[in-house]
Amino acid sequence: MKVRILVSLKDSVLDPQGQTVKNALHTLGYGSIRDVRQGKVFELELEGVSEKEAEKIIPEISDKVLANPIIEKFSWQILEKG
Amino acid sequence: MIDKKIIEEYNLTQEEYEKIVELIGREPNITELGIFSLMWSEHCSYKSSKIHLKKFPVRGKNVIQGPGENAGIIDIGDGLAAVFKIESHNHPSYIEPYQGAATGIGGILRDIFTMGARPIALLDSLRFGPLSKSKNKSIMEGVISGIAGYGNSIGVPTVGGDIYFNNCYSLNPLVNVFALGIAEKDKIFYAKAEGIGNPVLYVGSKTGRDGIHGATMASAEFDQNSEEKRPNVQVGDPFKEKLLVEACLEVMAKDIIVGIQDMGAAGLTCSTTEMAANSGAGIEINLDHVPQREEGMTPYEMMLSESQERMLIVAKKDKFKEVQKIFSKWDLEAVIIGHVTEGGRLKVKFEGEIVVDLPVDAIVNLCPVYNRERKAPSYLKSETLLPPLPQPKNYNQTLLKLLSSATIAEKEWVYRQYDHTVQVNTAFLPGADASVLRIKNTKKALALTLDGNSLYSYLNPRTGGKIAVAEACRNLACVGARPVGVTNCLNFGNPEKPEIMWQFKEVVEGVAQACRAFDIPVTGGNVSFYNDTEGISIYPSPVIGVVGIVDDVSKAVSPGFKEEGDSVVLLGENKEELGGSEYLKCVFNMEKGIPPQIDLKEEKRIQEFCLEAISLDLVESAHDISEGGLSISLVECSLLSRRKIGIRLHLQDDMRRDALLFGETQSRIVVSSSSQKLQKLLNLAEKRKVKASVLGKTAGNRIILYHFNKKIIDVPVDEAHKAWKEAIPDIFRIK
Amino acid sequence: MAKLKFGVVIFPGSNCDYDTYYALRDVCKQKTIFLWHKEHDLKNVDCVVLPGGFSYGDYLRSGSIAAFSPLMQEVKEFALKGGLVLGICNGFQVLLELGLLPGAMLRNKNLKFLCQFVHIRVENDKTRFSHRAKKGQTLKIPIAHFDGNYFAPPETIAEIKKNNQIVFRYSDAEGKINEEANVNGSAESIAGLINKAGNVLGMMPHPERASEILLGSEDGRVIFESIIAKLN
Repeated sequence: MKVRILVSLKDSVLDPQGQTVKNALHTLGYGSIRDVRQGKVFELELEGVSEKEAEKIIPEISDKVLANPIIEKFSWQILEKG
Repeated sequence: MIDKKIIEEYNLTQEEYEKIVELIGREPNITELGIFSLMWSEHCSYKSSKIHLKKFPVRGKNVIQGPGENAGIIDIGDGLAAVFKIESHNHPSYIEPYQGAATGIGGILRDIFTMGARPIALLDSLRFGPLSKSKNKSIMEGVISGIAGYGNSIGVPTVGGDIYFNNCYSLNPLVNVFALGIAEKDKIFYAKAEGIGNPVLYVGSKTGRDGIHGATMASAEFDQNSEEKRPNVQVGDPFKEKLLVEACLEVMAKDIIVGIQDMGAAGLTCSTTEMAANSGAGIEINLDHVPQREEGMTPYEMMLSESQERMLIVAKKDKFKEVQKIFSKWDLEAVIIGHVTEGGRLKVKFEGEIVVDLPVDAIVNLCPVYNRERKAPSYLKSETLLPPLPQPKNYNQTLLKLLSSATIAEKEWVYRQYDHTVQVNTAFLPGADASVLRIKNTKKALALTLDGNSLYSYLNPRTGGKIAVAEACRNLACVGARPVGVTNCLNFGNPEKPEIMWQFKEVVEGVAQACRAFDIPVTGGNVSFYNDTEGISIYPSPVIGVVGIVDDVSKAVSPGFKEEGDSVVLLGENKEELGGSEYLKCVFNMEKGIPPQIDLKEEKRIQEFCLEAISLDLVESAHDISEGGLSISLVECSLLSRRKIGIRLHLQDDMRRDALLFGETQSRIVVSSSSQKLQKLLNLAEKRKVKASVLGKTAGNRIILYHFNKKIIDVPVDEAHKAWKEAIPDIFRIK
Repeated sequence: MAKLKFGVVIFPGSNCDYDTYYALRDVCKQKTIFLWHKEHDLKNVDCVVLPGGFSYGDYLRSGSIAAFSPLMQEVKEFALKGGLVLGICNGFQVLLELGLLPGAMLRNKNLKFLCQFVHIRVENDKTRFSHRAKKGQTLKIPIAHFDGNYFAPPETIAEIKKNNQIVFRYSDAEGKINEEANVNGSAESIAGLINKAGNVLGMMPHPERASEILLGSEDGRVIFESIIAKLN
């Protein structure tokens, strides 16, 4: 099974990298960009895991390792089943 | 079947190909051709530069290792040796500035710790196009982040260097990186493959298809399609290299290996053949055992891959398990991929077949050497003539303009991105004439500097070469360090152009003359040719690195004034020389004229006097005069003083005012001396036949300069400080 | 003065381990040993020091992977029992990731690595790490980090302040707290933070780089000397 996890700063935390990208885009003439948040992507390959088990494991490792819950949030999706 | 087209694609000439066939007694296969292409490239073989580099003095009583090894080595006393080298990473840094610069740092550090030394300092010499163009800005930002990203992570301080800007670097920036390490004198390691049957171990990162043909890329001109070469650029992993440093140094502390070599620009090919050739032995490896990051790699790709952070080790037969144990402690794999053989051949096996079988001597030592055609360039006549020039009406404005020119302006914005205090040796922060690093558990310090004004070299290559060495040594003299060894990075255009080859020979002779005059050996270096993009060559750009020793670190002198009321003394003589100055470039947009002349004997006398005065505690500060001339040097002494002390000085030389203030006459140093010591200083100067003129005193909070009783400059120190400090951050501020 | 035993932890990627060892052993003349991250034994040290560097390359988040190393589980237990733990730079980040100190680190406000001398003002001189200094005194100590912009949710900040847990704040040379002196953008200009129990201190500036006049400042020694005086 292939899973993609997205980790980004919480909305309540200032994201200067995202702000910088937004400003750069505005300078380049893309005035319609209202906001940019930057984050990290993790792609995990899992073996011998059911979807139900994944639902338990993925939030666990995201919370414990991949994201720091004080400043970051995460979301995830299954890219390939099986 | 190898035809003309293939030979050309591999950057070999028909004659070179024929020589290969003759040397190996048959036609090479494609992998073997790749090996020759790599090892006979300009980058690896120095085929165009070799005959000229012989002019450098390489011997000296403290030289432990001269040119030809991974790095040069100088005995610094107390049972210790300084291991140092400079190398270019110009082409990769243009294609991908961050990774190009980062892997440059990784590469130069491997050259140092490969010899058994712990790296303690990095310096870099950078040349970019003018920052008015956004592309140049982004190259500069990328290069600086790359140096910082790698150097900071691995924990080697970046303590200095220099940066110049010129149009000629717009499409061809220069990134020259210098590293220095300290080793115990009797524990130095070499790239040896001795002891038939000893195992050859592969250590570090896995091999991927990175940078295949980087060395040949560095040996060809660039064109518009170069940006498409992006996938070839290697990616650096400073964390992996940090583990390699620790593991290698731990292995080296035990008597368990014979030789070690990093896999640099030519990967497995270079390390195996050089180790074997150095020892008159052979090496047999099996590519099936090489750790691979990608699937389906061919022997050609594996032999030529430039994946970073890899080392080759020849272990003692009965000790390889100990070697493996230490690497595994550091979470690194050390895999046996072959062994040392008799007979001087490189044999490579892959899937049960022998895919390479070549004599190592032919690969490493028998590349043809060229004495290329040379011709003095025609621009020299016109460019050295100066038209009549008006003098500035407002010298305050001119001074502020020069202070805020990118070349002269403060570089704190750059060096605060570099960790320059890790390893707790940094006695002088970046910005001083030379970096000063104490050597723990001794009274001594090392002083390091890089220098090279390429405009001088453009206008007169021989003079440019001499001045680069003279100024670097002068920088050392200003902090109180004796020069002990030189390394150099010679950046030039396409050597197949006679004009470029002429420039090269002239610069080399200038550098060699100066090194002989100062009696300092050249212990190694690097030549980077083919710095041309779209037919435009860079200025001849020698970068000289000099290592010096401060006998008593507590006596080292910094450039900033110390107290109000100290006398400001000029050592050396003012002359009317405006050619090649930053002033002409900045105010008249002119890169012309005869560059300052230099008398090496006079230069040496001034430097030795400065050293003597420092050793006798007669001076409070010392700063060399270079870009921007006398006035800029004086102002810098104020700006670098802790309390931003002003000056009130009188100049009495009968010459053009702008030449007096901004001309870049050589062999001059500004020192300050307390009233108790001034007379002693002047007496010593007389005895040593050095001209020393008292210009006035440090005073107040303004920069005030008189010329024959007329006040010509009067600026608050704060205003000068702002112009100098804010110029570079302003350019990069996001608006 | 009887010698104490300091243990400096080495993670893969630590790069101030030798500097800290040197400051404690050669400058402060204390018994100092290295502790290896893969082991479970703290070897009876009196104080654990987590040095600066880029543990595990800091590729995930600064200090995050180091927090999971075998030795850190022992360090956690040691700290919870009241043992003294000092985290410097990356060591501070590890303590945050481990949860021994509240909050987290964000990238510096200018998005660049920052290496420079800064001044920090002593806010609390009653701790075991700062009692040799005086409240309001400024110390000149270098920083060298990319992620030193301290962040915590408002309720945590309130709690920290209530408990007097801020030990050092970035200030100017005169001890004034302002935006300019707060170079990395930290909440409340926090440069050093102690836990509620008072036995775990994390700080971004490097006292080991400011322990000798030759290196430009010896202000950092007061932190080591406070620990030494307290433990003896």
